[in-house]
Amino acid sequence: MKKHFGLGLITFLVYVFLIGPLLVIALASFSETKALVFPGKGFTLEWYAKVLTMTSFIESAKLSIVIAIAGTAIALLLGLPAAYALNRFRFKGKEFIKTLFLSPVLIPCIVLGFIMLRYVVNAYDLEVVPSLLIGHTLLSIPYVMRVVTSSLANFDFATEEAACSLGATRVYTFFNVVLPNIKSGIASACIMSVINSFNNVSLSAFLTGPGVTMLPIEIMSYVEYHFDPTIAAIATILMVATLGVMLLIEKTLGLQSVV
Amino acid sequence: MSRKKNLLGMLLVVPGVLFVVFFMLVPLFSLCLTSFFPQQSFSFSSYWGLFKDVYFQQVFMRSMRLSLLSTFVCALLGFPTAYYISKHSKHKGMMMAFAVFPMFTSPVIRSFSWMVILGKRGIVNNFLVAIGLFAKPQSLLYNEFSMTVGFVQLFLPQMILSLIGVMDNIPDDLTLAAGNLGAGRLRSFFEVVFPLSVSGLVTGSVLVFTGCMTAYTTPQLLGGADTRVLSTMVYQYAMSLRDWTQASVVAVVMIVVTMLVSSVFNTVSKKVNPIA
Repeated sequence: MKKHFGLGLITFLVYVFLIGPLLVIALASFSETKALVFPGKGFTLEWYAKVLTMTSFIESAKLSIVIAIAGTAIALLLGLPAAYALNRFRFKGKEFIKTLFLSPVLIPCIVLGFIMLRYVVNAYDLEVVPSLLIGHTLLSIPYVMRVVTSSLANFDFATEEAACSLGATRVYTFFNVVLPNIKSGIASACIMSVINSFNNVSLSAFLTGPGVTMLPIEIMSYVEYHFDPTIAAIATILMVATLGVMLLIEKTLGLQSVV
Repeated sequence: MSRKKNLLGMLLVVPGVLFVVFFMLVPLFSLCLTSFFPQQSFSFSSYWGLFKDVYFQQVFMRSMRLSLLSTFVCALLGFPTAYYISKHSKHKGMMMAFAVFPMFTSPVIRSFSWMVILGKRGIVNNFLVAIGLFAKPQSLLYNEFSMTVGFVQLFLPQMILSLIGVMDNIPDDLTLAAGNLGAGRLRSFFEVVFPLSVSGLVTGSVLVFTGCMTAYTTPQLLGGADTRVLSTMVYQYAMSLRDWTQASVVAVVMIVVTMLVSSVFNTVSKKVNPIA
């Protein structure tokens, strides 16, 4: 092992750099000091109690979760049939359509937010919630398409033919033969997409309105004027939730399937 | 392939296509179009005006500089790390999980953590004052240094994961063979492992570079008013100054630059990759 001591040391330091700051926040959230400092003093849970009383954070967290899940669900409704058709049938412009579905990931999010605001929200006078929903659906479509397309590519369509020739209808076959085979792909696509959507800032920054906002935006504007351990407490809650999701993925799908 | 099946295929694709076209493609075209028609007629004047503007030049160069520097640092740190995890680590699964965890954590939280660490009362300042390097604490935030630190921490996991992806496919037999043929560890690294990892390095670099070019949270939190980058400039023009023409032009520049750089990276990778 001594042979690779140098490499091991670099790796260790890199991980300290990646994870260390997150640990610092987690530890600072228990500090009794009014200002956010590390290393803190004493041990208290009062900042966690404070988070629970701040309605702006609770409301924006709720909206963030709803938009992330609903956006992913709509993306799946639009993307799943399309991915299936692109794999199964031959028609003109297939490559173009594939690129089109993956293209929202190529456009910088900040630009996506700006053009959504200027040419969709303002042009049609949309309310905040539907605008956020449309924007986050756009964000999720590439995630859904990429993963579902690759799991469909590994699916043997001869099984589908077999079901059909044994008398099953197309719709029945899709739901009972095709879908069960690609469901882990769909699950990992959805998890990735929900996390990505939940954490998004640059798109939501253009689409949220007064009183109706998303959690990351709310945190950002709070940080601009306050510097107390409340934010550290929220961050820690979110990190624990992330760890929970990761453990869930590891137990059910294997973490390898989502990265 | 029957005509009926063809129709079914089209029907399944159409809703998704309409959604993307209506909510993204049409707005994107409108964006480009309006940026070329500042007044009724076609002209490049918005672009010329922008490129001649010293403030924009500074912002543009800063974006490029920070993105390139961060990409370079990510490659420098990511390469040995990925190599160690892929070839020598006994806890590969766990190491990968620890790289994924920050990726799943909000960029707001990750940038914010540096505000705690690099701030005036942060741990770095305490240390530097304690060893006598600083006479009194000074803010290490809101400058290009803190932005680069933030970018590297934000995108290093992507670099590590794409490198591990290609390094896992390099058979150990190859380095063993190189050793048997008399190559030292360094030579076998530079002549066998490195060339075979270039594709992963390029994938990672494109992710890091485009990520830095377009990131908004990190420059907003860790940068200051005089260290603006393209993304914060778009936001400032659009939301604070309500100058939508300028915002559009900067947005188009951002799209063009990210796409151009990605394609240059990819072309270079095809040229240097020994097996492609």
